[in-house]
Amino acid sequence: MTRFDVAIVGGGLAGCSAALHARLKGASVILLERGRCGGQASGVNYGGVRQQGRHPAELPLACRSRQIWGRLAELVGTDCEFTATGHLKLARNDADMQSLLAYRDIARDYGIDLEILSVADLQCRYPYLGDGYSGASLCAADGQANPRLAAPAFARKARELGVTVREHCELEHAEKVADGFQLTIKGEAEQLTAGRLINTAGAWGARVARWFGDEVDEQVMAPNMCVTEPVAPLIGPNLGICGGSIYLRQTKNGSVVFGAGLGVADADRLWARPLAHVSMEAARAAIAMVPQLANVLVVRTWTGIEGRMPDGLPVLGESRKAQGLFHAFGFSGHGFQLGPAVGAVLAELCLDGTSATPIDGLSLGRFGLARALASAPSMLPKQ
Amino acid sequence: MIIGAGPAGISAAKTLAAAGERPVVIDENVYPGGQIFRRPPAAFARNETQLYGFDASRARRLKSTFEAIAPSIEYRAETLVWSVEDRRLHVSTAGILKCMPFSRILLATGAMDRVIPINGWTAPGVFSLGAAQIALKAQATFIGKRVVFIGTGPLLYLVAYQYAKAGADVAAVLDSSKPFSKITALPALLADISNFSRGLFYVSQLRLRGVKIQTAIAPVEIVAGDRGVSSIRYEQSGQQGQSDCDAVAIGYGLRSETQLADLLGLSFQFDRRQRQWLPVTDGAGRTSVPHVYIAGDGASVRGSEVAEWEGELAALSLLEDMGRGSQKRASVLRRRIDSLSPFRRALDEHVFPFPHHFAEAIRDETIVCRCEGITAGQIRETVATTGEADINRIKAFSRLGMGRCQGRVCGAAACELIAATARTDISATGRLRGQAPLKPIPLSILAGDRR
Ligand SMILES: Cc1cc2nc3c(=O)[nH]c(=O)nc-3n(C[C@H](O)[C@H](O)[C@H](O)COP(=O)(O)OP(=O)(O)OC[C@H]3O[C@@H](n4cnc5c(N)ncnc54)[C@H](O)[C@@H]3O)c2cc1C
Repeated sequence: MTRFDVAIVGGGLAGCSAALHARLKGASVILLERGRCGGQASGVNYGGVRQQGRHPAELPLACRSRQIWGRLAELVGTDCEFTATGHLKLARNDADMQSLLAYRDIARDYGIDLEILSVADLQCRYPYLGDGYSGASLCAADGQANPRLAAPAFARKARELGVTVREHCELEHAEKVADGFQLTIKGEAEQLTAGRLINTAGAWGARVARWFGDEVDEQVMAPNMCVTEPVAPLIGPNLGICGGSIYLRQTKNGSVVFGAGLGVADADRLWARPLAHVSMEAARAAIAMVPQLANVLVVRTWTGIEGRMPDGLPVLGESRKAQGLFHAFGFSGHGFQLGPAVGAVLAELCLDGTSATPIDGLSLGRFGLARALASAPSMLPKQ
Repeated sequence: MIIGAGPAGISAAKTLAAAGERPVVIDENVYPGGQIFRRPPAAFARNETQLYGFDASRARRLKSTFEAIAPSIEYRAETLVWSVEDRRLHVSTAGILKCMPFSRILLATGAMDRVIPINGWTAPGVFSLGAAQIALKAQATFIGKRVVFIGTGPLLYLVAYQYAKAGADVAAVLDSSKPFSKITALPALLADISNFSRGLFYVSQLRLRGVKIQTAIAPVEIVAGDRGVSSIRYEQSGQQGQSDCDAVAIGYGLRSETQLADLLGLSFQFDRRQRQWLPVTDGAGRTSVPHVYIAGDGASVRGSEVAEWEGELAALSLLEDMGRGSQKRASVLRRRIDSLSPFRRALDEHVFPFPHHFAEAIRDETIVCRCEGITAGQIRETVATTGEADINRIKAFSRLGMGRCQGRVCGAAACELIAATARTDISATGRLRGQAPLKPIPLSILAGDRR
């Protein structure tokens, strides 16, 4: 029976980064991925790398991730096309402006600089933008990256350093045993054991958690994405909008990627599909944002399978039921930026027992509390 | 709902109409007839014999069939299907989008050229065989003054002949196969005497007109300068050859148009003879998805006559599944189709085999994916540095097939190149998945903006 210090289930960006970081700390590591590394959400997302607009519970993690994004080349041998093009969040009205101002103060506490722009600033710096915005907030440190490259790059580096990366390999079941975890792989008789288990199974994370009695309600979501043919450089920053769902960026090669609304996905069948009417809606929103795009050709639409938590925040932390089991899943549509730091924090939690990055607001316990309150108030667990 | 108004789609429509159904027939072209029976606009009218030669009577028959059933079907010309979701079809007509619900769908989407890139293929003046034929049929023009036809397959000789007959200067026909060397050894060809003798007729007509026909050639490069193509260089039994020309038409047989089948979630399997992934069928037009039927070259490239029979057969299967089929007619059709299969097999395997070794040998500096400007060297390097041999992974890492054509033009050759570089079987490279929109659409149209 083969034994590892750490076993990781799920080769998305979170899992691949965890594998690399755990290996860098000297652990023997195995990563199990049902399909290909980066084949699910981590490889097909929009590619936005932003701290701006995140819930304060995620901000320490997002800041740490931003640092890793900035030194990817050093860490994994490629920058995954990460560029700090800035993230511009547009306000539709005065109320939006107020909320951008309030958010600037929150962000400042985490060391994130946001620049508030007036309508005049917008017109002079981003003349291609449509009318009707009241201003915006710019986070110059944010930007974009190529999602197709990121998780595979982490996996490749991890493998180079000695991590056993097993693709096309599904973890069918895992069990807590005295000295760790016993893992059963689909179609294989021989079992593996590991001292620690990391659950980065994305939209399938709650299933893995359930094997250990960690009950949590994870749904799926499928952000609807579109991409155009390449056009001459036009749009600098990654664009978002207060309250509106449209987000839009131009890649290095000139294509404009945008998304708005949701497609459909079925986590059981590993199947996800954009929806025509959602793409049409997105096209309208994209033209409203950047009118010059009207005659550009859309060449492809797609989506992916992402896990969504009831409060829109991921689960990150140790299991309440099984010591040595660490969860990181349910990123609710914004885990790409977080991925690199999620891996680093997981490696620390599981090998050092603690992480310097505060993640208190992300524990699985926050749902347990609500659930316990709803069902059996007398059995309130200690928080 | 029938997609495609070529021989397969028309005969399916006729069959359904005859059974009292009122099918909707959707087609991208201005006129029905599909690729084979494309028509010029009225201003350039030429008669059927001029346009279609031996197929003139069939063209006339199909045209009159179509006219006869016109009142019993709903025909939407110049309509592009850009997406399909379960039982809803999304179409675009003259820039206006519509969503059309349906209960059953019959795909008759045909095929398109299979191209193997060579140096110079992106120069002005280089066309696919199909495009050269469209220029002639639908626009009554030639792609150049002095044209070389290169590639392989029945279409190579047919289009060259059509050009010569219409008065073009055909500089040469360069065939990678050696189609006439094995003829006597291939009784299978006699299974379809008429098609076979047509091939011989085209060749003899071309020879009569003094057209140089070279077989067993290997392309080297298309030489092009500022003013476009000037010549093409090739090799033949170790000797260098060259033909001066100002236009080149390339085509190595056809590949099925399967994106719609893909969006509908059909199962595919790799067909070794045609070296491409094809939808799985039951031999009578049924697919792996109960309400989806398929016929013609979109199911498997077997030419327009088989397509016509298959269209009828698939329609009969559809009717049978609705509880009203005619098994007698279906078995007649099946027998007919089967009787031609030795002929098609012989074409694919012996007479005009797809020269995949050309794809493997594409020079490093040659652009394979022209939408994204990805060269053969870049593809080989991606395979080597990532250790990947899956076309979708190579796509993700190199941008191959990510542009306007979504790999419809470059995919076949790229798969061969990847398989050869990684030394894996061609089927192991997998296939590029179709995604909506099936063809690029301007944002303004998607937005429903009719400016
Ligand atoms: C279309 C789309 C757009 C998005 N846009 C952005 C964006 O712009 N910015 C941003 O920050 N985030 C974005 N996101 C979210 C982001 O992509 C995800 O939050 C993030 O990639 C999640 O990473 P992950 O590693 O948790 O999950 P995944 O990448 O889904 O990885 C989980 C992996 O676990 C594997 N797995 C599951 N169960 C098992 C098992 N039993 N055995 C073996 N393997 C298993 C799966 O195969 C999968 O590969 C987007 C998501 C989508 C879908």
